[in-house]
This record gives sequence, C-alpha cells and structure tokens, in this order.
Amino acid sequence: MLLERLSHASGVSGNEGEVREIIKEAVRDHVDELQVDNLGNLITLKKGKRPGPKVMIAAHMDEVGLMVTWIEKNGMLRFTTVGGIDKRVLQGKAVLVGPNRLPGVIGSKPIHRQEPSERNKPLPINQLFIDIGAKSKEDAEKKVKVGDYAIFATKFGEFGAGKYKGKAMDDRVGCLVLIETLKNTYNMPVYGVFTTMEEIGTRGAAVAAHAVDPDLGIVLEGTVCADFMFDIPEGHATNIGAGPALSLMDATSIANKAMVQHLVALAEKNKIPYQFRRATSGGNDAGRISLTRKGVPACSISVPCRYIHSPVSVVSASDIENTIKLLDTFLRSIEQGGLKL
Amino acid sequence: MEIKDFLTSLSEGTGVSGHEGRVAEVAATVLAKYADEVTADKLGNVIALKKGEGNGPRPKIMLAAHMDEIGLMVTKIEEPGLIRFCQVGGVDQRLLPALEVVVHGKRDLDGIISVKPPHLTKPEEVDQAIKMEDMVIDVGLPADEVRSLVEVGNLITFKRDLLSLGESWVAGKAMDDRAGVAVLLGCLKHLAKLRHTADVYAVATVQEEVGLRGATTSAYGINPDIGIAIDVGHGEMPGLAEHESLGMDKGPAICMGGNIHPKVFAGLKAAATANGIDWQLEVAPAATGTDAWAIQITRDGIPTGLISLPLRYMHTPVETLALGDVEKAGRLLAHFIASVDQAFMEGLKCC
Amino acid sequence: MKELIKKFVEAYGPSGCEEEIRSVIAEEIKPYVDELHTDALGNLIAVKKGNGKGKRIMVSGHMDEIGLMVIHIDDNGFIRFSNVGGQNPVTLMNCRVRFRNGTQGVIGSERVDDVKELRLEKLFIDIGAASRAEAEKKVKIGDVAIFDYPMVDLGDYLVAKAMDDRIACAIMVAAAKEMKKSPNEVHFVFSVQEEVGLRGARTAAYGVDPEIGIALDVCPVGDTPKARTLAVSLGKGAAIKIKDASVIAHPKVVDFLTEVAKKNKVVHQREVLEAGGTDTGAIHLTKAGVPSGCISIPTRYLHGPSEMVNYKDVLECVMLLVKALEAKIDI
Repeated sequence: MLLERLSHASGVSGNEGEVREIIKEAVRDHVDELQVDNLGNLITLKKGKRPGPKVMIAAHMDEVGLMVTWIEKNGMLRFTTVGGIDKRVLQGKAVLVGPNRLPGVIGSKPIHRQEPSERNKPLPINQLFIDIGAKSKEDAEKKVKVGDYAIFATKFGEFGAGKYKGKAMDDRVGCLVLIETLKNTYNMPVYGVFTTMEEIGTRGAAVAAHAVDPDLGIVLEGTVCADFMFDIPEGHATNIGAGPALSLMDATSIANKAMVQHLVALAEKNKIPYQFRRATSGGNDAGRISLTRKGVPACSISVPCRYIHSPVSVVSASDIENTIKLLDTFLRSIEQGGLKL
Repeated sequence: MEIKDFLTSLSEGTGVSGHEGRVAEVAATVLAKYADEVTADKLGNVIALKKGEGNGPRPKIMLAAHMDEIGLMVTKIEEPGLIRFCQVGGVDQRLLPALEVVVHGKRDLDGIISVKPPHLTKPEEVDQAIKMEDMVIDVGLPADEVRSLVEVGNLITFKRDLLSLGESWVAGKAMDDRAGVAVLLGCLKHLAKLRHTADVYAVATVQEEVGLRGATTSAYGINPDIGIAIDVGHGEMPGLAEHESLGMDKGPAICMGGNIHPKVFAGLKAAATANGIDWQLEVAPAATGTDAWAIQITRDGIPTGLISLPLRYMHTPVETLALGDVEKAGRLLAHFIASVDQAFMEGLKCC
Repeated sequence: MKELIKKFVEAYGPSGCEEEIRSVIAEEIKPYVDELHTDALGNLIAVKKGNGKGKRIMVSGHMDEIGLMVIHIDDNGFIRFSNVGGQNPVTLMNCRVRFRNGTQGVIGSERVDDVKELRLEKLFIDIGAASRAEAEKKVKIGDVAIFDYPMVDLGDYLVAKAMDDRIACAIMVAAAKEMKKSPNEVHFVFSVQEEVGLRGARTAAYGVDPEIGIALDVCPVGDTPKARTLAVSLGKGAAIKIKDASVIAHPKVVDFLTEVAKKNKVVHQREVLEAGGTDTGAIHLTKAGVPSGCISIPTRYLHGPSEMVNYKDVLECVMLLVKALEAKIDI
C-alpha cells in the first residue's frame, strides 16, 4: 500500500532520497516531464493542452527526525533533532539509524534511581542517547557514523475506526494526495512539486517556486489536529474526520481569500466535507511560494494529523479521500476559468 | 525451545501485575517441557517442579522470577472517547507522551497516548513534564464504541516488539523480569544434563511490581529450604555512575548483604568459578527490592540468594540486556543446584 | 436500617480501642449467627455455618475509626496529640471531638500565616480546662479522641463520622440477617486496627484460613466539582473494586461479584484506586494466598467528620453481599 511505503521510508530533512525514489516510480508514467533540482526537489510537469494558468502543487517529502552528532567512547550515540520535535516525546522510544535502518533505543534512567522531583522535568536532548547495543566507539563506528539520520521505528497500520497510524504522516499524506492527483488529466500546466527541507525552513519550496514561476500555488500538508486535547485556549485547530482543512492564516502567509472562498463554494456545492484550520501558528511551503518573484496567490489544503511531529501520528482515511476529491474539483474548476482572483 | 524465542514470546506477551493470565500460559507451556509437573497456585504463580534424585526427604530449592510487568489501568472513559488511566507498578510519566499502547478491553485495541502539537505548545510548557493525570489514550473510536469495548479496570500495556541490538543484545518491554523467567528455562535445560538431589521449584511469580505479593504466598506454599530470586539489576548507562551499576554483558551479578544467606552466596560464587562462568558482585545492605526480600521472612525464615541480570533502562518500554548474561545465569543456577547435597544443607545452619 | 447505621457510626472505637463498638455490633449480630467470639487482637468473628459443601468465606469490615491520641498536656490545659490512622490537619481545624469518657473539646491551631504550613503538630485540643491539673482530671496521656458529631439524615444521603467503616459493619449485620440458608460457611469478621495497617484482618485471616475473602470498605468518588479523576459516583450503586494500593482484586472474584450483581439486577459500578488500602490487602496474602475482592461503598469527604453516603447505594451493597454469600461459588 502506497501510504504505508511512504510512511516507512526514511526521509529526514536534507536526506529525502529514499522517499523521492518511491514517488518517482509512482508518478513516472503519469507526467510529461520529471527532474530533480539542486536542492533535491522532485519537479514534475503535466503539460495539458492550454498554456495556462500554471498551477504549482507542492507537498514536502521530508519528515522531522534525528541526526547523530557524536559517538561516545562507550558506543552511545549523541543526537540532535531535525525539525521541531518536542523533546518530551523522545524518552523510551525506538529508532532506526542510518541507511541500513539499524535498530536503536533512546533509553532513560530507571525510576528506582530517580528523585521523585526528576519526574517533573523532561530530560534535555544532551542527556539522551541512542543505544544501538554497541560495546564501544569502535564497535559503533563499524555500523554508524556521525551525520547519519535516525527515524522513529514506528510501524504503519490501521487504527481505530477508519484511520491509519504511522510516522511522517506530515507530509507523506500530502505526497500521496499529490501522486493521486497527478494520475488525472487537466487542461492546463500542472507542476507536481515534491519539495525538500520544509521542516527546517521551507527551503526546497523557495527555489522550486522560483524555477517554476507559477500563476497559482496550492500546498498540500499534514496539519495540526489537537481534537483530543481540550485544554488549549485556541481550540483544537482541526478535527479528524471533518474533511480537508483550509488554512486562513499562519505564521508565514495569509491564504489568498479568493482561492479559499472558491474552495468553500466548491466543497459546499459538491457536498465534500471541509473545515478551516483554526490556528495561526506554524508555517509551510505556501510562505515561500506566495513571496516568489512578483508574488503568487497561494493557499493550503491539509489533512488533519493527530500527534504531528511525534513518533506516531493518526490520520483519517476519509480525510485523505476528501482532500483528493476537493483538489480535483478545484483544478477542474480552475481549468474551466471558474476561479476569479 | 531456544532462550531467545522464549524471551521474545514472554516480552511480547501480556501480563500486568494482578492479571498475568496470558503470559502465565506462555510460561507454563514452555516450562512444562522441562519439568515433572507444572501447577498454578491461588494467586496465579506458575510452579514448575523438577524432582531430584534419591529416596528420603530431598532438599527443596525455590527459584523465583516474576512474570508480571508494569503497565497502566483504565480509570475512566470520557467524551469524546478519551481513556484516562493510572499506573500499575512504577511508571515514569516522562515515557508516556506519544507512546503506542494496547488497551486490553473486550478485544485488544491499539492506542496512542495523546500529545499536543509543538505548534500549539508554549515555550515554558516544554520544560515541564506532562503529568500522568492529565494524559489520555486515543484508540481512534467514538465514545459509545469505546464504552462498549473498554471498561474501568481494563489493563493497558506498552506496545513493543522485541528489538535485536548489536550481535546478541535485545531491547523490549517487560525484560524486568521476564528475562528472569527465561533464566528459569535455561536452568531447567542445563539441569537435564546434570544430576541433582534437590527438588527444584521454578516459580514464575505474580505481582512482584506491586509489593512482592506472589513471592510471599508461593514461598509460604512451597516452604523451600533455599530460595533464590532471579531479577534484573541496573546496567551501566549514561546518568548512572560506574560505581552504582552493573557492567553490561559481563555476566550475571551475585548479590550479598542482609537479604542474602552467606552460605548461599558462597555456594553461588563457587558454582560460577568452578564452571568458568563470568559473574559480578552486587552489594545490597538491606532490601534488594526483589522477591528475595519476601522469601527470606516466610514462615520460619528461608536461606535466600539473588541473581541479578544487568539491565539498562529498567521500567521503560526499551529495557536492554545481553542474551549472554541470561544464558550464563541459567547455567550458573543449574551448577549451583547440582552442588546442593547433604553437606551443603547441614552447613547452612552454622553461620 | 438507618437506625442501625446511626448506632454504629456514633459509637466510640478508634484503632486499638474498639471495645465499645465491638459490644454494640455483637449485640446486633448475635441473633443471626451460630457462633460469636473475639480473638487475641480484638477482632469480633461471627460465624454462620454452611452445610459443609460450600466455601469458607471471610467477610471483613473494620470496626475501628481514625482518632487523635493525647501525647502531651501543657501547663494551660491544652492537649497536644498524634494521629491514630490518617488525619488531615486542614480537615481537623475547629472540629469537635470527644474522648471515651465523654469529655468534649474543640481543635484549635497555633497562628499559621499560610495554610500550606499547617501541620498536625500545630494543632491542639481545647477541652475548656484552665490548667494542666484541671485537664488531667478528665483526660490522660494515651487517651484517644474521635470526631463528635451525630449522624444527619438527608433522606437519600446520610452524613456521619466513621462511615469508614461502620457503614460496612452495618451492611454485614443486615446481610447476616437477610441471607437465606447458604452452603457456604461465612465468617463475618469485624476487624480492628485497619486504619493503622490492616492489622486485625491479617491475624483474623490467618486464624479463619478462608478459601475466599470479601472485604467491605468505603471508597472515594469522582463526582464532586473538580475532583480527582475517578469513575465512581454516589447513586450509581455498589462499587466492585478492581484495585487499590494494597491489592489487585482477584479477577475471578471480580467476575463472580459482577455476575452476581448482573444476575440479581444489583446496581453496580467498577472502582480503581491508585492510593488507599483495605482489609483485602491483608487477607489475600495470608498463608499460601486467598483469592479476594472487595465491595466498596462510595463515600464523599473521607477521613473527616462528615462522610457522606447514598442510602440507596448502601442497600445495593447489602443485596450484593447477600446474593454473593448465598451463591454456589466456583473459584
């Protein structure tokens, strides 16, 4: 199953190769052009019959993860986080290190040897180590090296009713939606851009948008969903199962109002469930795309992900389907001149 | 059965303190292959008896390794399907955010301990551990379905397959003390090749994590002449000084101190040295925090010993140990048991 | 039954000084049992014989209540004390207490600027004596005071001191009275010194050597404003204990009690406690082990002068106990 393969693939920001290969294979037969740029972005093009409008759809291939920074004399690996990970989710978790996916564990001090007050303070990253069962530095260096990336060792699977759980749903769900969309035919140039390094500053999107120079930008994301935590003043941001979430504003861009209103109208007309992303924190590739060259009208459509940026996130199958549906409806309307900016 | 396979099925098996049924069945089935009889007592302790040789009263040696694991228990179900929980045994709350668990309701349900997205977390929150009482488990189902499948009091375990680390190390949940139960198997397998007078009661005990309860009642029931607990000890790791931990993959530790009968200690040491088995010394001035503490004061008092398996990250879902240490401990105990004769038993009385 | 409850809760009987409550209970249960005796620690054991074909069951509810023991009388007649059982200094503030001989007093406190600093050591009992000599006429070192409040009947709710655990004692007496002939040999143990470490139950269980243990005790609830998370509520029936800090109820006993409840349409709920212990903890570790469980009476404001129960819950507990004791048990 494609989402499972995408979820399991290793692609921490800056090291997206494995994910890129899977996507290449999946889209190769459905696009007219395909190239990889200097930052590793995979830029695909479906020419379509008309010359415009040029639509760039972006989904990022990278995931948050860890990077080995040092190997101790006793064989333990020091690491740093890549992208925004709350250190409190790291203790006691299993990871896979390096290109050979070597199993490792992030252990922590046994409860018996702690002062009770210790349990109120999470361990800082510099007191956490990845243990791969090496007896010494030499032993460890036979299998891993400083600079190796580590991903959470989470198994993809079905979860609850109509949901999936796995790592890196942000933004492999976006990649999945884009892959499915590229299987359709549209009458205008559609650039399916699988970007790199979104999690460390939306870097890939910046250069890809500059090269593509689109008329419109649509970002596909996995987004925050805090509907199981009711103690947040701003609310839940999104609700799982309530449909694709349309961004209004985040820290890096304000969604183009006409695009958002049109999406809403289409969703209502076609009875596709949708919701707003009711949070203004965080940023995504739209931040870069919208500020490219002379500026690009852009918006974001996201699949709600519970426990985003943690070892295991949860998404709803119906949200994925409805996102694919809404995007397709949107593109059809655009090709028919339905979108008035 | 191979030790690693037994350890895998034990570690991945389910048996939180007080509800050890499922893992008890695993233990009983496997131990039965190397014992003369296997019974369970009123609290669920699994007792595998391997008889010794000779007519007349034979000394009774009880081996105790606990099969219960720490875990969580459902305390309440709230809208919209949240499961609130408490701990059973000592669980560090810092291990729980974003942890995958299994909720054992009418059927086993995959669950995740919910966390807030970093994007909605204030900077000052990140330096405060989330309190267990503020956590909830998500099983991805609507409230009415959760209520039909899950009840207050249902058990919850960490979801963790056994991981192989390096050449011969493993990491998984419940190594404390299912690794000790694996030692029981190792011991019985070796004993099959040796001759021994003593009747051996290999007991997979219950409810150690909540107060050494299984050992208390099983020791009373068996009333052995010697009782040896096999449990885990803290393996050296970052954050623990060398002087307060055991070396990893350097052999099992033999304990000495008030909880331990000096002659039993000497006997275990002699068995290790005579058979070229690596071992380390563990010192404990008073309570060892193991079944040995309960066994020692049963009825009229029982000469007690303790073997500790070096274990990193005790009471986390990724408890790590060296299979070599497990294998050595089984052999050590078998040789000790074979060395227990009339002279040894008489020598126990003279301190 | 309210009269019976009132008699029990108002009687004097802190841990270690259970004589008075013991004779009150003995009086009430005598007509319904075959044997009655008191053991070395003061446990009252009332036996209803079976027909020899059933199980030997120990039912245990504790007679003792928490109290305050006099450890010092100062020059001005103020009395310093230590706790007998769990006492909360905030709950004790300005409560009324009485001693066995009827002497009454009020609990006062030294000046405390922040309630966080309040400790038992800063409190004292004021019996209105002007001097040590005057106080010593009525009270001596070692005397134990208890809360001094009559029971209040709010209709569906009853409020009193020592609901913990006299309500269970009342339930046990009511059950002994109501139950029909049963194959089981039932030992109703009214235990002593539970509040200071489950001590009476420990020795009683050793003596009775039961096949099954069923304790009865109160349990806290989660149904008041911003309470600690607890699924137990007043008015939702008898609580079947899954675990507390002293015991994990034997799953087969939990199943048995649940089946009996369902079969007899007893309103019931499930209880999980992180803290707190009961006689069940002592019984289940006796000798080679005893499968044990507990029927809990949901109670608000525990270990204070005004513990509140729902009367309907109490009646459900009686029914559950009666039906459980009458049943043919297969554990």
